[in-house]
Order: sequence, then C-alpha cells, then structure tokens
Amino acid sequence: MPEFIDDFLFTYQTLVYSLGINGLLALSIYVVLALGQLSMGQAAFMGMGAYVSALLTVKLGVAFPLVLLAAMLLPALAALIVGAPTLRLSGVYLALATIGLGEVQRIFFLNSELTGGALGLSGIPMKGGLVSIYGSLGLALLACIFVARSRIGRAMEAMREDELAAGALGVDLPAYKLAALVVSAMLAGLAGALNAHVTSFISPEDYGFHAAVSILSYALLGGIGSPFGPVLGAFILTLLPEVLRSLADYRGVVSGAIIVLVVIFMPRGLLTWRMGRVGAATRRPS
Amino acid sequence: MSEPLLSVSGLTLGYDAATQAVTGVSLEVREGTVVTLIGANGAGKTTILRGLSGLLHPRAGTVRFRGQDIAGLPAHRIAALGVVQVPEGRQVFANMTIAENLRMGAWLLKDAAEEARRRDLVLARFPRLAERLGQQAGLLSGGEQQMLAMGRAMMANPRMLLLDEPSMGLAPLFVEEIFRIVAELKKEGRTILLVEQNAQAALDIADHAYVLQSGRIELSGPAGEIARNEKVVAAYLGG
Repeated sequence: MPEFIDDFLFTYQTLVYSLGINGLLALSIYVVLALGQLSMGQAAFMGMGAYVSALLTVKLGVAFPLVLLAAMLLPALAALIVGAPTLRLSGVYLALATIGLGEVQRIFFLNSELTGGALGLSGIPMKGGLVSIYGSLGLALLACIFVARSRIGRAMEAMREDELAAGALGVDLPAYKLAALVVSAMLAGLAGALNAHVTSFISPEDYGFHAAVSILSYALLGGIGSPFGPVLGAFILTLLPEVLRSLADYRGVVSGAIIVLVVIFMPRGLLTWRMGRVGAATRRPS
Repeated sequence: MSEPLLSVSGLTLGYDAATQAVTGVSLEVREGTVVTLIGANGAGKTTILRGLSGLLHPRAGTVRFRGQDIAGLPAHRIAALGVVQVPEGRQVFANMTIAENLRMGAWLLKDAAEEARRRDLVLARFPRLAERLGQQAGLLSGGEQQMLAMGRAMMANPRMLLLDEPSMGLAPLFVEEIFRIVAELKKEGRTILLVEQNAQAALDIADHAYVLQSGRIELSGPAGEIARNEKVVAAYLGG
C-alpha cells in the first residue's frame, strides 16, 4: 500500500472503520423501514452479534468467517422469535417489542458472568479490517439495490405506502415483514461482530436505547427512497462529530440541531429520489 | 338454483373489544350480478367489505366463497381466491408510477404475457391512464386515481370485485364515468359487490340491494323494489 494511504489509515483508522460499520447498520434498519415497519432493536441485534462473536473468538478460538456467520444467525433467530407474534399486528407493536428486547439483553449482559458484566469483554483480537468491513458493506448495498429494483422491492414499497391495499392485492404481509426483520437482524449482527473485532473492547452500554436511536437517525437523515440514503446519513452523522471537533463540548448540540433542521425542512431525508425499477416504464404498450 | 358465488351468514365484526360495528349480517351475491349495500355514514358498509376481504378478522359468522369458508383467512389468501377489494378513498400507491400500480394489481400473476394482455385491456378501458403510465400516481386527480384503483383491481382479473364508495368525493362528471364503468363491467358478466352512499345511482345499476342501518341489515330485495320502498326513499333518496 502506498505510504500516504498507510499514514492516513493510521491516523483515521477508527473513523474509517466506524463509517463502514455504521453504513452497514444504516442498511440494516433500511430493510425494515423500506416496508413501513419500525424496529428499535437494531442496537440489540448488533450487540448480540458483537457478544457472540467476541465469545466465540476469545473463548473458543473459532475461525473468523464462522464467527461472522454465527453473529448473523443468532440475531436472525431472535428476530424470528420476537417478530413472529408481533408482526401479525400492525402499528407500533414491533417497535415496542424490540425496545423490550434491547433492555432485556442489556440487563442480561450487565449481570451475566459469561459476558463480563458491566466491564464488558476486552482483548478481542483485531480480526476485522478494511476488507471485511467494506466488503460486507458493498455486498449488502448491492443486495439491497438488487432487491429494491425487483418485484419484491415493488411489493415492499407498496406496503410502505399502503399496507392494507398491498395485502388486498395478494401480498403476504406477515411473511414479508418477518423476512425483512430477519435480514435486518443479520446485517446488524454482522456489523456488531465486525465492530467488536476492530475495537477490541465491548460493553453492554454500547447497545442500549441510545444506540438504537442513533441507527434510526441515519435512515431518517439520509432518507429511505433508496438504499443509498441511509448509508449517506450514516456517513454524515459519523463524520459530523469529527468535523465539529473544534466546537468541543458543543458539538453534540450542533449535530443534534442539524438533525432537527433536516427533519423539519426535509422530512423525506437528504436523498429523496426513488429507486428506478424494471416495469416502472414510461413506454406505452404497442 | 345454484349456490351463490358469495354467501355470508351471521357476520359480526368490530374494531375493538368494546364496540361491535356489524352484527349478524347475512347476504348473498350470485355470479354475474351487481349487489349493492347502501346505508348512512358509519352504518358499517366499509367494515363489511373489510371483513369479506380479510382486512378485518370476523368475530362470528361464515363467509362462503365458491363453497369454501373464507372467514378468518388472511387478506392475501382471499385475494388469491379472486376476491379483490378496491379500497375506499382511492388508495393508490401515490409515490409509484401508474405502470407500477398496475403491476401491483397483477401481483399474484406470474405470467408476463397474460399480465401484458390484462394491462392492454385495462388501458383500453381507462385511456387516461395509458397517456401517463410513467407518471407518479399521487399527481393524478381524484377521479383519475379512482380509475387507477379500479384498473389495478382489474389487473387481478377478479372473480368478484368489492367496490368501496367508488364515487366518494368525486366531481359529478367523474361520478358519471365511474358508474358507466361499473355498468360496463356488469354487462361483461362481472360479479360486483358495490358499497355506495350515492344510493340512487347504486340502485339504478344493481340487481339486488341490502340496506344497512347501525350495523344490521334492515331491508333487502331486488334493487327496483328497494328503490321504491317508502322508507328508503325518505332516508336515502331524498324523497
């Protein structure tokens, strides 16, 4: 690698990793928001992935690819258990249930010997890196674009716009909602595992309600018309505290104010354009 | 006489534990006929349609469609059997293009050639839509959105069409146009359950009518008779 890139990475390594991981988290909530559901459990799924992966690596020495796989499968299972009963209902039930999941998990992490209690887990080897983080982000983004452009993406957008009308046309609402939640949990779990393996230290407070709101704000800021919006939102909100570093103690206030202004004046987010789609064509039938 | 396409008996529906919006409703729709359900605002007309299309889970009663009990099936299963509802208030997918709205109508159809054939039929029926396939549905006028909602339902080639207040809030010219289309569909042998506040127009077009009051069927009979009934004339036809 050329020397200047090395220097840059050495200085900004943490930030560069955070950008990719937060981008992945933004996509994880996008998958749920795209069909009109609200999950407040992304931080919990992330924490689940982080802890499982850290334990597998530190205590059992499992190979990294298998660790990542496990970090996706366990949150997927949790999503099935929480989602199956709540997604049959419409409205805020999923949000409430996922807030509950996050709190139960946080208290478990705080009190369990296995997870190191309030001290968390430290000494996690640095197995993650640019390739695993940006590779995952790239693949996830491509998959989201592919789905958003497809027939499935059309059904998801229809659900977001009018769930009852979509159901009356034959879209299997519970199945779609559950599948979206499971995929989103897998992405969040993967992000958690990658994060644990580049920060070397995790603790229960990293995955609480505050983190869940941050993840949601990525998508709100960026907009959910296309998968690019949430990733852009994540990049901006991750960079903002660094750019505003000179404001010292006030930088939280300023970045908060920026979010409020965007929500008020650009309610559909910064990137408002919709994904183009096969069959949206303006072409007239012959 | 053969069994009706749809036969409902003792249907009871409600939105929460405390209230019951519809109580013990029984009705029949025979194949190839237009049946109308008239009644005042809040009488439970829309609630009944939601109960039939699976958007609302019935508390009691049976709904038999082509001999099969469909009460309590989820909406997508009922749609797959060929019962398609055009929801009240022109609920088109506003951010999607007209072409995409129509494609959503054919969601359950996996055959592209058949989908194209149906789309041609729909566009022939609604030439206004053909001119703006790539336009965002939310930018259409109210009447055009209603046409799109009906066209979208026709893309499913339904065995039975549930029309919920298709003329509501539309300019008189569009109301006329909508009822002309309903009459056309009837002539083609479609089976339609029509919920309307415009009782006069609905009774003119229907074969059979049910009058709903406070969640119960008050009166039923051939549409012509209902239209001459003194109480109906006084209450709904401005007589």
